[in-house]
Amino acid sequence: MSSTSDRDAQGTGERTGLAALVFDSRARSLFFQVVLALAIIAMIVVAVQNAAANLAEQGREFGFDFFDRPSDIQILTTFGTWLVGYEAGQNSIFDVFLLSIANTLIVAVAGIFFATIWGFLLGIFRLSHNFVLNSFATFYVELLRNIPLLLQIFFWTAVLRIVAPSERGTYGTLIPGLLQFDAKGIYGPYPVPHDGFALTMYALVVGIIAAWGFGKYAAKQQDATGKQLPTFRVGLGLIIGLPVLMFLVTGRPMSIEWPNFVTEGPVFRRGFERGVGSYIAPEFMALFLALTTYTAAFIAEIVRAGIQAVPKGQSEASAALGLPDNLAMRKVILPQAFRVIVPPLTSQYLNLTKNSSLAAAIGYPELVAVFAGTTLNQVGRAIEIIAIVILVYLTISLLTSAFMNWFNNRVKLVER
Amino acid sequence: MKKTMMTVVAAATLAAGAAGAATLDDVKAAGKLKCGVSQGLPGFSTPDDSGAWTGIDVDYCKALAAAVLGDAEAVEYVSLSAKDRFTALSSGEIDVLSRNTTWTITRDTDLGISFVGVNYYDGQGMMVPKSFGVTSAKELSGATICTNTGTTTELNITDYFKQHGMEFELVALENSDEVIAAYGAGRCDVFTTDRSGVAAERLKLANPDDHMVLPETISKEPLGPSVRAGDEQWAKIARWVLNGVIEAEEYGITSANVEEMKGSNNPSVQRILGVGDNDYGAPLGLDADFIAKAVAQVGNYGEMYERNVGPDTPLKLERGVNELWTNGGLMYAPPVR
Repeated sequence: MSSTSDRDAQGTGERTGLAALVFDSRARSLFFQVVLALAIIAMIVVAVQNAAANLAEQGREFGFDFFDRPSDIQILTTFGTWLVGYEAGQNSIFDVFLLSIANTLIVAVAGIFFATIWGFLLGIFRLSHNFVLNSFATFYVELLRNIPLLLQIFFWTAVLRIVAPSERGTYGTLIPGLLQFDAKGIYGPYPVPHDGFALTMYALVVGIIAAWGFGKYAAKQQDATGKQLPTFRVGLGLIIGLPVLMFLVTGRPMSIEWPNFVTEGPVFRRGFERGVGSYIAPEFMALFLALTTYTAAFIAEIVRAGIQAVPKGQSEASAALGLPDNLAMRKVILPQAFRVIVPPLTSQYLNLTKNSSLAAAIGYPELVAVFAGTTLNQVGRAIEIIAIVILVYLTISLLTSAFMNWFNNRVKLVER
Repeated sequence: MKKTMMTVVAAATLAAGAAGAATLDDVKAAGKLKCGVSQGLPGFSTPDDSGAWTGIDVDYCKALAAAVLGDAEAVEYVSLSAKDRFTALSSGEIDVLSRNTTWTITRDTDLGISFVGVNYYDGQGMMVPKSFGVTSAKELSGATICTNTGTTTELNITDYFKQHGMEFELVALENSDEVIAAYGAGRCDVFTTDRSGVAAERLKLANPDDHMVLPETISKEPLGPSVRAGDEQWAKIARWVLNGVIEAEEYGITSANVEEMKGSNNPSVQRILGVGDNDYGAPLGLDADFIAKAVAQVGNYGEMYERNVGPDTPLKLERGVNELWTNGGLMYAPPVR
């Protein structure tokens, strides 16, 4: 420190031009930024050279040609294997890459959807004057957000194993007439669409567009005349009614495939027949339950904080204007609370997606477990594979962020 | 600020240089050998009641440390999952990988590692509950199977079922304890890994006697230590310590009689023990008596086997193909001469 000030002092005495630069805060900050940028670039260059030298020394190549190689490994039946139609030996490593991304996305999307619903409910419970609801929500939040997620994933895995009947040839019922389960998974009906089912899907799209149009029209009517139209009921009728009507008119072009429980024959053929009906692996369930319940605890706190951030005067003013409670919540409190809720909510969505990589511990075949695990061991291209995995997570996160920013822009306070 | 940057660049350049240095020098400088072992496989590498690592794979690391550093206890054990083991070795986190690892051509060429030999000839086996009444692996079509991810067993099992036109579901888990727990809970019908591993993991089940190992051995699993590729000298050291302890058994040199044997007039024994003018250690950068040190502190191959996996241990594995070639087995070390 002292030497620097010495030099500064000398500089001031001899060369006024340089001294002026030293004391110019903009020039100084530019100088430090350039130095920092150079240092970072130098470190990256050295790291890359180092890696290249080490790879060359070990006689290893760098490249992405491994994607074309066949994958010889059996992978647990999941959404991804169903989507890709995976069969060991028939598919390439690129297909394994795709299926592992699909598995990551499905658990992330399902987790985000249910964690949001459950989190909002808990957040509202936290503010409830009902003692039981309030204490339950407080207890839940404090318990779940303070236990490491990995432990919770193991907990749900263990719970599913204890609850499920483990003997081959026995099963339990989850929802009578709909869902059965055993130690190897959950089994339910599988809808098989026939020719003409596409029309029902078109009807659904038309219904959604019509409901949106009616909403716009109703809002305009209310602005012009003050008269309120039953938007919610008409919208629901359009979205559900139109497809159902089309489904019936086209002669119900869909059949339901029920799981088939086999009691005869070789011991490993007994139990639920493979490939009949729909199937969920217990590894998915454990991960999904852990991610959902854990993230919901954080979302609950975000929602509670968001609602409490709206000044009390707002609800009092709504009451004074004669707005009923539910309308005040929907039209006055929540829109303002959303401004506070959305940014931290985005972080929770990103966390949930990234946390799904913990599934490697319980054998759910997602990106890290299969692609950065099994595949990496098969082909040995650690640098390439880890870089790809990083890029995939980055892409998923940036897309989520972009969507949430768009949503945030819609709900944020419009300043006039 | 400039000075700081220079330091950073200098340090990074130095680090790049150090990566190319010989493993032997690094080990000697550190005064200890970093040895990659399993997460706990009885008989091969597992911590005992007092937390000290034991097992036939651990004994190899001890022998290597004794030969290189003169102290069998100068070993730092790094517990690794099957998935992480090769990256740990090729990145330099460990000096030697001695973790019941199968030698295959892909691993020897693609993963940046080199195998130095075989310390246990194994094959893949399968375990099922006795209650299924199954007697052969050919009856397993439709079964759900649990195994470790990142292993050759994961590949072999797919091959075997495809070859026999059978269907199966595979649950691949990272941690060995999780695999046997999943099997115990009925998540899987079949547990598979190397036969020695099946014998070891079976002991972890609540009622080991309710489970049986099927007679089929569906693969060759030559298990052995490996080192980082690109360091020829270190690979040779690792190879000749393994060969040395096998040679020692062949010539009847044990931890008990090694000093006495130094006086032997058998030239083969003299060469192995580095007595007189025999110095096979110098070209490796080691002392002439490096094999003698390993045998004195840890024992010969036979001693390692009997102590860790032999018939008198809980694993109760007969020598079988792991006998010396002179007794009809496969253990055949190139001569020290």
